[in-house]
Amino acid sequence: MELLLIIFSAALVNNFVLVQFLGLCPFLGASNRMDGAVGMALATGLVLTLASGLSYLIENYVLIPFNLTYLRLIAFILLIGAAVQFTELLLRRISPLLHRVLGLYIPLIASNCAVLGVALLNSTEQRTLLSALFFGAGASLGFGIVLTLLSGLRERLNDADIPKPFQGTPIALVTAGIMSMAFFGFTGFLRL
Amino acid sequence: MTEYQIYRGMTGGIRLAPRKELSTAFPINRDLIPNQLIIPMKQHPGPPAIPTVTVGERVRNGQMVGQSDSIFSAAIHTARAGVVVALEKRLIPSGTHLIESQCILLDVDTGATEESTERQHPWPDIHTNRLQAIRDAGIVGLGGAAFPTATKLDTKTICDTLIFNGAECEPYISCDDMLMREHSSEILLGVQAMIDLLNPKNCLIAIERDKPQAIEAMQTEITELGNERIKIAAVTIKYPAGGERQLVELLVGKEVPSGRYPIEIGCVCQNVGTAFALGELVSKAKPITSRIVTVTGKGVRNPQNVEVPIGTTIRELIQHCGGYTKGATRLILGGSMMGYAVSSDELPLTKTTNCVIASTDDEVRTSYQESPCIRCGDCAEVCPVRLLPQELLSPSKNFDFQKLDSLSLRDCIQCGCCDVVCPSQIPLTEYFRNARNAQHRHTLHQQLAETAQLRHTNKQERLKLQDEQTEKFRNDLKAQVAENSDSRQEAIEAAIDRAQRQRSLVNHKD
Amino acid sequence: MLIGTVFLAGLVILLTALLVIGNRFLPPESEPIVDQLEQLLPRIQCGQCGYAGCRAYAEAIASDSVPINRCPPGGTETIRELANIMGLPTKKLREDLGQASLDQVARIDENLCIGCNLCARVCPVDAIAGVPQMMHTVIAIHCTGCELCLPPCPVDCIELASRND
Repeated sequence: MELLLIIFSAALVNNFVLVQFLGLCPFLGASNRMDGAVGMALATGLVLTLASGLSYLIENYVLIPFNLTYLRLIAFILLIGAAVQFTELLLRRISPLLHRVLGLYIPLIASNCAVLGVALLNSTEQRTLLSALFFGAGASLGFGIVLTLLSGLRERLNDADIPKPFQGTPIALVTAGIMSMAFFGFTGFLRL
Repeated sequence: MTEYQIYRGMTGGIRLAPRKELSTAFPINRDLIPNQLIIPMKQHPGPPAIPTVTVGERVRNGQMVGQSDSIFSAAIHTARAGVVVALEKRLIPSGTHLIESQCILLDVDTGATEESTERQHPWPDIHTNRLQAIRDAGIVGLGGAAFPTATKLDTKTICDTLIFNGAECEPYISCDDMLMREHSSEILLGVQAMIDLLNPKNCLIAIERDKPQAIEAMQTEITELGNERIKIAAVTIKYPAGGERQLVELLVGKEVPSGRYPIEIGCVCQNVGTAFALGELVSKAKPITSRIVTVTGKGVRNPQNVEVPIGTTIRELIQHCGGYTKGATRLILGGSMMGYAVSSDELPLTKTTNCVIASTDDEVRTSYQESPCIRCGDCAEVCPVRLLPQELLSPSKNFDFQKLDSLSLRDCIQCGCCDVVCPSQIPLTEYFRNARNAQHRHTLHQQLAETAQLRHTNKQERLKLQDEQTEKFRNDLKAQVAENSDSRQEAIEAAIDRAQRQRSLVNHKD
Repeated sequence: MLIGTVFLAGLVILLTALLVIGNRFLPPESEPIVDQLEQLLPRIQCGQCGYAGCRAYAEAIASDSVPINRCPPGGTETIRELANIMGLPTKKLREDLGQASLDQVARIDENLCIGCNLCARVCPVDAIAGVPQMMHTVIAIHCTGCELCLPPCPVDCIELASRND
């Protein structure tokens, strides 16, 4: 039950993109096309979950026992970088087309503050391995939902009659702002 | 007491004001004898017919003037006797737009009487001969598509339900209604002939419920014939219940698969006008030379239905109906939904033009203001093919062919229902027609590209093979020359030897 | 301090090793992107893009990111499809590169043809029928409007006509 609440909270109530405003770069960069958005969501999800689990393990079985908590940031960044590279290898193998479409945004997952944010949040709060993984999964689920929603809206916006000053990124940001307001409606839904 | 089944429950569609009272007040007018006929050679989907007459030739009533071997084309006959004045390309109506076609221009001999061909060509007994007779008479589907009837009836698939389309759901058009009222016996003759050819389990004649006189006339005739297989189906008064696929779905309860034909679910659908033409062929050996055309609208003085010889110009037809009224501003071929405006009345009427509307400004919407889509969804509610015009609009404007295929634009029948209900007055059907034409071109281009790739690869292989063969030939030749040169050398040395010995012998003798 | 350095060094070595192993076991899928790009082009080998055939242009787009608006017979539709698959914005067609189009066909004026066979040799799809010294003709259904046969003809007997005639 608590695990479900963790997922719900990470995905919707405290959505990393629209409520905590982390990870905005891939959010806006990869939401131009639906297939790119879904690919990016899956890639980020994989990295997040991997990073979440590995960082928990490193934190609790190496950093704390050996009093190396001051190395937390560097270690996490190393882990995330490796996870991103691994995901890129996988993506290159599975779908070269998607790899080409996402292009530069795949390595940029490493600098996605949502990923690092999840890893750090896991360590500040007392969690078990399972709840850490679920937290990572919930965060990536929320990221995926929002990315898919925005890409669907942006595809429709492409064909709409938008005034010239707003075409492209400006109207996407306005849309994201309105979506964010909608997600704030989840506040106070649950208390964890 | 008429016993017929009422068919409601049509998907989508809209109710329209019929506006048929204008043209149904009088019986069919039969005394139109035009001074000139422009007879088109292409009044069917296949390649144009080839003229069988020459300039200056005198032709008789009902003589064949155009002939074609293609099963998608049909023979053309002249309705009146006269002299061929010219063979030239003219603009003619075809389906939903104008095309250019070779035409026979005929100066009509207005005094000539019609000859009877009955005794020369009696209705044959054998199935194949009957189909050939239908082919020779140039009978095509008079409902609009002009598909050669003989080809349609020449099917190996079993026909469960034979449907005759007398629905005539489009506003203004009343030619089929009048035909059924006045010629029910000839129509039933054609119906019988088709039943003999196809042997269906059921035969339904579809008539819209708001045509009681037609229903009664047809029912009386059916009762007289006493054929239990023929039944009248009174269909809902919704446009476009008379569309072939819509009618089949309404009567049989099964959808005609996308891109396929009704015969694949065991149905054959024919217009009642086609049945009438077949009836005339069976009883009087008459080839198809004329059809009933509705002349209507507030822009013509005497709106009525007229029996029009094929090739009559619109101008002569309207003249015959009293001419234009003062307020006439638009000339439309077809009904008010799928018809199109034309700018000249010198166009000839063909086998499939069923209606001419001369309209005044208060009869049509003369302008519209297109505003953005408000996503009300009314268009999807009325679409008889269950498409989503709202979703189709954007890809149609952008010619996004992948999206259009996934949304099944190919199935759009361009009926215009979505146009009528759109509160933003978006001309949806126009966008879809545009996109459909572009899609058609795109498919052709893709086919060309595929073939080009294949032919290019083949050519490269051919050239490679040629080069290899040339190389081999060269090498063989070189080897041969080398071989020969060895034996040649020996022969030369042997000859020198002999010569020397000969010389020494001679020397010794001396 | 020492443990920290050892730990970091160890982590780096471990992760690098894992990635190297991963790279060996997950080689990139052979690039079918060039095939996909070629399928979007008209493949009539007209050469107006400046490359030696449609496949060469496809390869150039895939590897050197040359502009996608260089194909006149493909037109705006091809540009849109290429843009879609490559994730690039659409561009205006380079009409200055040529006017080859699938809507046109070549037509030989038989009265003027001298049977030199130069046109048939250069046609990339073998759409000209004829042997040397004999009259030549264009097989219209296979002609792609690539315009390659016009320059070599010494008597200028080839012209372009609309496909619909």
